Amino acid sequence: MLFDQLPQFLLSGLTSGSIYALVAVGFCIIHNATGMVNFAQGEFVMLGAMIMISLTQDLGLSLPAAFVLSIAGAMLVGLFLERIPLGLARSRHILILVLITVGFSIAVRGAASLFWGKTARALTSFSSEAPLLLGNAVISRQALWILFLTMAAVTLLHVFFHRTPVGQAIRAVADNRRGAVLVGIPVARMVMVSFALSAALGATAGILIAPITGMHYSAGVMLGLKGFAAAILGGYGHVWGAVAGGLLLGVLESLAAGFISSAYKDALAFLILLCVLWVRPSGLFGQRTLKRV
Amino acid sequence: MSAGRTAAARPWRRLLPYAILATAAALTPFAVTDTYLLSLGSLIGLFALAVTGLNLLIGMAGQVSLGQAAFFGLGAYASGILTVHHGLPVGLAIAAALTLTGLVALVLAAPTLKLEGHNLVMATLGLNMIFTIVCIQWESMTGGSSGLFGIPAMSLAGVNLSSDRNFFYLVWGVLLAVLWLCSNLLRTRPGRALRSLHQGDLLPVSLGIPVVQYKIALFVAAALLAALAGCLYAHYLQFISPHSFDMFVSLQLVTMTAVGGLGNLWGGVFGAAFLLLLPEWLHAVPDVMPLLHGLILMIVLMFCPRGLLPALKNMARKIWRGHG
Repeated sequence: MLFDQLPQFLLSGLTSGSIYALVAVGFCIIHNATGMVNFAQGEFVMLGAMIMISLTQDLGLSLPAAFVLSIAGAMLVGLFLERIPLGLARSRHILILVLITVGFSIAVRGAASLFWGKTARALTSFSSEAPLLLGNAVISRQALWILFLTMAAVTLLHVFFHRTPVGQAIRAVADNRRGAVLVGIPVARMVMVSFALSAALGATAGILIAPITGMHYSAGVMLGLKGFAAAILGGYGHVWGAVAGGLLLGVLESLAAGFISSAYKDALAFLILLCVLWVRPSGLFGQRTLKRV
Repeated sequence: MSAGRTAAARPWRRLLPYAILATAAALTPFAVTDTYLLSLGSLIGLFALAVTGLNLLIGMAGQVSLGQAAFFGLGAYASGILTVHHGLPVGLAIAAALTLTGLVALVLAAPTLKLEGHNLVMATLGLNMIFTIVCIQWESMTGGSSGLFGIPAMSLAGVNLSSDRNFFYLVWGVLLAVLWLCSNLLRTRPGRALRSLHQGDLLPVSLGIPVVQYKIALFVAAALLAALAGCLYAHYLQFISPHSFDMFVSLQLVTMTAVGGLGNLWGGVFGAAFLLLLPEWLHAVPDVMPLLHGLILMIVLMFCPRGLLPALKNMARKIWRGHG
C-alpha cells in the first residue's frame, strides 16, 4: 500500500533534489576556483528569491525580466563578496577565508531582515497552480519547471565549461592553478567569474523553489547546508557528482520521510551522508587520492 | 618557539597572565552586582572552556570540527537526563556524562578523522545536525524542543555551587586550571609533537610521531572539555534546550577560536568574551544588530587574521614605542 506512493516520493525527492543540485554545483565551482567552502552560498539562494518577489510583486515587472534582474543582482553580491571581503583579507588561510564568508552571510541575513522584514513571502507560480496527474503521482507545474530548468542549467553549464574559452580557462585554473598562470590565463578574473556563476546558480535555485515553499530572510541557511552536503556526497569539486549528489540526497530524504519517519528525515539524510563518508572518504564520485607519507 | 625561550629566561612572565586573570576573576563579583552580567561572565568562562578544547584540535592538529556544540550538548543532556529521570546524584551524573562523551568521541574519532578538510567539516557538521534533531524528537527523554526542566543544582559540603557568585568562581577556577594544564602539556615532549601536527602529516610521521593516535587523543580531549562545560552549564541554568547546542553554536565556537587567534590559548578566552559581549553592546540597536554583528566579525577576520589579542598586543607595543 505504502509502495503505491513510491512514484510520488521519487518525484518530490527529485524536485527538492534539483534545488540541492543547483546549490551544490555553486559550491563546487567556488571550491574548484579557490579551494574554499563558501558558507554564504545559501544567501544567494535567499537573495535571488527575495529580489524576484520584490520585482514582480512590488514593482510589477514581468517574470522573465524580473528573473534576469534578480540573477544579475545576486551575481553582483557574489562579485562583491569575492572582491571586497575576501579580496581585501590579509590572510590566505582557508579557515579564515571560510569564516569571513560566515560573517558575510550573517551580515547579508541582517541586511535582508532590515529590508524585507522577517515575515515569509511567496512567489507566484510560473504557470497555473493546477497540478498534473502522472500515473499514480501528482506533480505540480512548478515542480516540472524546476526539473526542466535545472536540467537546462546543468546542460548549459556543461557546454560553458567544455565548449567556451572562458569555461575551459576556469577548468584549467581548477586543474592546476600555477599551470594556468604560466600559460597566461587571468586567474583572478576566472575566480571572479566563478563567484558570479555560483551566485547565479544559487539565485536560480531560490527563484525556482520560492513558489513552492515561500521565502524569508533566513531560509537560505538550510538550503545552503543541504547543497553543501550534496556537493560532499558527490565528491567535492565534481560538477556532475554534485548534480548526482543533490538528486540522490533529495530522493533519500523523501524516501526516509515517507517510509521511516518524517520527524527524523533530516537526521537520516545526514546519517547516510556520514556513512558514505566513513566508507568512501572522497565521496561517491570523487577520485580516491593515494596518500603516501 | 621564541615565546618558549623568553618564558624559560623569565619564569614569572609565564605566571603573570594567570595571576592577572585570577585577580580579575576574583574581583569581578564584587564589582559587578547585576546578576545578569555576572551570569554572562560565567557563560564566557564556559564557552572559553569549550574553545580551549577546540583550539587544541584546530590550532595544534589543524582539524576543523563544526560538531563541538554536540559534545557540549551531550555532556549537558547526559548529566541532565541522569539526574532528572534516573535520580543520580549530581557528581556521579557528571562523571557518567563525561565518560559517555569520551566514549562517543573515541568511537567517532577514528572514522571521522580519516576525512580531511571540507569533508571533515561536513561530517562533524552532520553529527551536530543529527544530535540536534534527536534532542528535539526524543521527547520522552529530552523534553523535545521545549527543553529539559528541573535539573538539580550543584552543591559541595553544603555550599550551593550553582548560585551566581559561586558558579562564577567555579567556572573561572576550572578554566584557569585547564589553561594551566594545557599550556604545560604543550611544553612537554608529547606537546611539541602535537604542535607539529598541523603542518601536514609528512614531518611528524617521518619523525616517528604516531599521528593518528595523537589526533584521536586531541579529538577526545576537545570533546571532554566541551562536555565538562556542558555539564556545568546544565546544573547552573537547571534548564537546557536543543538550540543551545545546535550547529550555529558550533560555528560560533570556531569563530571564537579564530577571532582569538588559532592555537592561541589565551586568545580563545578573549575570543569567547568578544563574541558573547558583542551582542550585548549592540543591544542598543536591536534592528541592525545582526548586520553589525556580521560586519564586525568579517572586518576582524579580514584585518586581524592572527587573532584580535595578538593584534591588540601589537598595537599596544607600537603605542608604547611611539611614546618612548
